[in-house]
Amino acid sequence: MEERVHNESEALLLKPERKVGIVGYGAYVPRYRLPATEINRIWKGDTGGTPIREKAVPGLDEDVVTMSIEAARNALLRAQIDAEELRAVWVGSESHPYAVKPSGTLVAEAIGAVPSVSAGDWEFACKAGTEALVAAMGLVGSRMAEYALAIGMDTAQGRPGDALEYTAAAGGAAFIIGPAEESLAVIDAVYSYVTDTPDFWRREGQKYPSHGQRFTGTPAYFKHITSAASALMEGTNTEPSDYRFAVFHQPNTKFPTNVSKMLGFSKEQIQTGLLSPVIGNTYAGAALVGLSAVLDVAEPGNKILVTSFGSGAGSDAFAIQVTDAILERRGNAPFTQDYIQRRTEIDYGMYVRMRRKLAK
Amino acid sequence: MENPRHWRLKKQRYGLVGEECPHCHEKLFPPRDVCPHCGGEAKEEFTFSGQGEVYSFTTMYSAPAGYEEYAPYTVALVKLEEGPVLTAQLTDLGDDEEVEIGMPVEMVTRRLRSDGDDSGILIYGYKFRPVMK
Repeated sequence: MEERVHNESEALLLKPERKVGIVGYGAYVPRYRLPATEINRIWKGDTGGTPIREKAVPGLDEDVVTMSIEAARNALLRAQIDAEELRAVWVGSESHPYAVKPSGTLVAEAIGAVPSVSAGDWEFACKAGTEALVAAMGLVGSRMAEYALAIGMDTAQGRPGDALEYTAAAGGAAFIIGPAEESLAVIDAVYSYVTDTPDFWRREGQKYPSHGQRFTGTPAYFKHITSAASALMEGTNTEPSDYRFAVFHQPNTKFPTNVSKMLGFSKEQIQTGLLSPVIGNTYAGAALVGLSAVLDVAEPGNKILVTSFGSGAGSDAFAIQVTDAILERRGNAPFTQDYIQRRTEIDYGMYVRMRRKLAK
Repeated sequence: MENPRHWRLKKQRYGLVGEECPHCHEKLFPPRDVCPHCGGEAKEEFTFSGQGEVYSFTTMYSAPAGYEEYAPYTVALVKLEEGPVLTAQLTDLGDDEEVEIGMPVEMVTRRLRSDGDDSGILIYGYKFRPVMK
């Protein structure tokens, strides 16, 4: 009998029986931008540095449901499948509009995927989206379904004056997982790394999250991302130079830049997917909207390493390879950069109104 | 609490699902089951592309109950490329985009309002924005 698992590291990977990949993807970023200098003007007497240039802010009529609907429609345009062929619509977020009532049912209804579909919401701070993606791979990889839709999307909350207010932003992306032979990009393997680490949390009924200040760095973000990405590369017998692009969870500009250096990736490998300087931290959407920006420009044969991070804490690392099909289908929907360049600057006063910070 | 009414309208509101008359092939929105053009029965669902143009518009400074927090906002008669004209809010106008008659617009699904206070359901539906690309 053939030995399926060649080494111990490979045994730790999540790999479906049937090869799967991304058959369609779509991004969404709202059009309003709050420059970080505005937060300095209000809270720091116009002094000090900023962790990013500006962040994306949702309009008054936008939330995780409306943003997910648009990203999902873009993904369907690229997948060239009927929404009724989806067997799952899963939305990963930490800003679902309802505390009780799924975002997934609304998204599924709006895109025309109901009623023969599984729908629901995922929660794992900033990695809720990749968590849904791994589950979608399992559903398709086990042949329970031909196609499953996983979305990572957030309208993140930052307490006025808190360090997170600079970066807590809105955006994300949707991915339709299907058989590898129909894919724009094949997902070769996933590795998930999880520990109980209280770096960032929000208790029931609280409007804004709390965080452990510097504790969010070394034992949380850096430990989980480096562990997950290293284990994935060991298990797949690859190294940083095998990847044309790398995308890491991006709560600011510094963390993903530093973690890529620690792992041995160059600036050139991360710059295409590093969107946080111009859209902020889109939480559950962050790694995924970075991946969508990479898929917009990647060439067939390129390998992409994606590693998310969710507080609490955990990381999912993906090894992805782009196929020839990307060239004919990616032009079917707006590119990530089209959304980023559609930009209307707002000041702190308008931001307060749009995020309903004065209400009640 | 008007959940049953909103629930009945969800398909047309979320996805611009109307009807096509099987007799004269006119596209109908909102769906009404009887074709206003030929009088025949028309129950075949038709999903509109969402592409259209501004036929006319006005800006609301004094909003009706439930929409106050969005004022001022622009409401337009949008002529869909398949024929019907409907009334909808325009959204994502930004600073630099002057609304004008004939402007190409596309449908997006957005939050319209909440039903009653903060404990009511959220009502979603179509709006139109300037075409992105």
